[in-house]
Amino acid sequence: MLGFIDMQESHTRALRFARLVEPHLDAAYNLARWLARDAHQAQDVVQEACVRALRFLDTCKGDDGRAWLLTIVRNTFYSAWRRRPPEELTPDIDADHALWSESQEAWNLDPALLFLRKTERERIDRALLRLPVEFREVVILRELEDLSYREIAEVLSVPTGTVMSRLSRARGLLARYLKSEDE
Amino acid sequence: MQCAESKQAVGPYHDGELDVASADALRQHLSECTSCAMLSDQHARLRSTVRDGATYFTAPHELRLRVTQLAPKSAWSWLRGRMQLPSWAFAGALAAAVALSVAATLSLIQLQSPDALAREVVANHVRSLMVAHLADVASSDQHTVKPWFAGKLDFSPPAHDFSGDGFALVGGRLDYLDGKAVAALVYQRRQHRINVFVAPPANPSGERALTMNGYNIIAWTQDGMRMWAVSDLNAQELDQLRRLLQAK
Repeated sequence: MLGFIDMQESHTRALRFARLVEPHLDAAYNLARWLARDAHQAQDVVQEACVRALRFLDTCKGDDGRAWLLTIVRNTFYSAWRRRPPEELTPDIDADHALWSESQEAWNLDPALLFLRKTERERIDRALLRLPVEFREVVILRELEDLSYREIAEVLSVPTGTVMSRLSRARGLLARYLKSEDE
Repeated sequence: MQCAESKQAVGPYHDGELDVASADALRQHLSECTSCAMLSDQHARLRSTVRDGATYFTAPHELRLRVTQLAPKSAWSWLRGRMQLPSWAFAGALAAAVALSVAATLSLIQLQSPDALAREVVANHVRSLMVAHLADVASSDQHTVKPWFAGKLDFSPPAHDFSGDGFALVGGRLDYLDGKAVAALVYQRRQHRINVFVAPPANPSGERALTMNGYNIIAWTQDGMRMWAVSDLNAQELDQLRRLLQAK
């Protein structure tokens, strides 16, 4: 009957993986994409992170896998980054933008409004990309993933106080970058 | 509260991380100090600029597929996995027989339980995100979406845009739920997509909210139609959409 127990266990694990990981794939990819600044590398990072997540499924306490998965994504990114020379990291945000506006175009037929939104979006994205990565990641986790300070502290493995000071500095820089874009 | 302290507190205040007493003290200070009030406005503006304006990159379809295949969960794949181990052939066959009967019983239970329907709702939602087939009719205009369903369904689903409340109507499509053709209305809230399935009810049932595989689901009956809202959005905000729909 050992075989049956094995099967049942792998089935249970598969279900837990589906519950902890699959709903947060967009969040995982968004974080990886903002960290790596490259669509292909972001996909590799997420894929690798999900392999690790499956292997270390038991390290997730509780039933919400979001902060846990984002922690793995971030760690995977940093270990991959150290392996690769930084000049390989070429931003190709334009390709993603093209995809994004294509899908938006189908939803919104007013070209003038679309153009305004597109240029505004590019301006904000550029400012975010200018942030050093340790500041960029707190802004992404806070504003785009809507994580609490406690959750961000968990993802970065730093005290909450550090999260607050980094966010504050990141926002100062971001405000300055956005302002310089206006001029 | 002094200005120095207030400058520290403004960020956490807008992030909803300040306790009630400190938030009150800060609000008091902001009402008296114009320079701190200006700083607070700047924080609020920066926050909405980034939240509403920055690109949210959603996982590409092929990545989603590859990740889903990392841990297959069908009964067939566990059986196949067992069969590859010859030393366990006998135990495996026995186990397979047991597993099959368990699986059969489970699937019977699933068919009978109302959760089978919830599972189908989640599956439809996930599929709509996976195959990049969110909308057959892509429009935020309710006067485009509503007539589109005419002649395709024997009832008329409510199609309202709630952009003003942060739930933008993205479009609609036909879907299949519980053996019936249903309307699926698609809404967008920040980076979250929401499917609202609308079907005429088989039997009258009340409101229920549940979480399945990390997705939140709310079911309710309205104007003789059974409604299912499903999303990875948090339960409170999903319930806000239900209230908006019910108020119409």
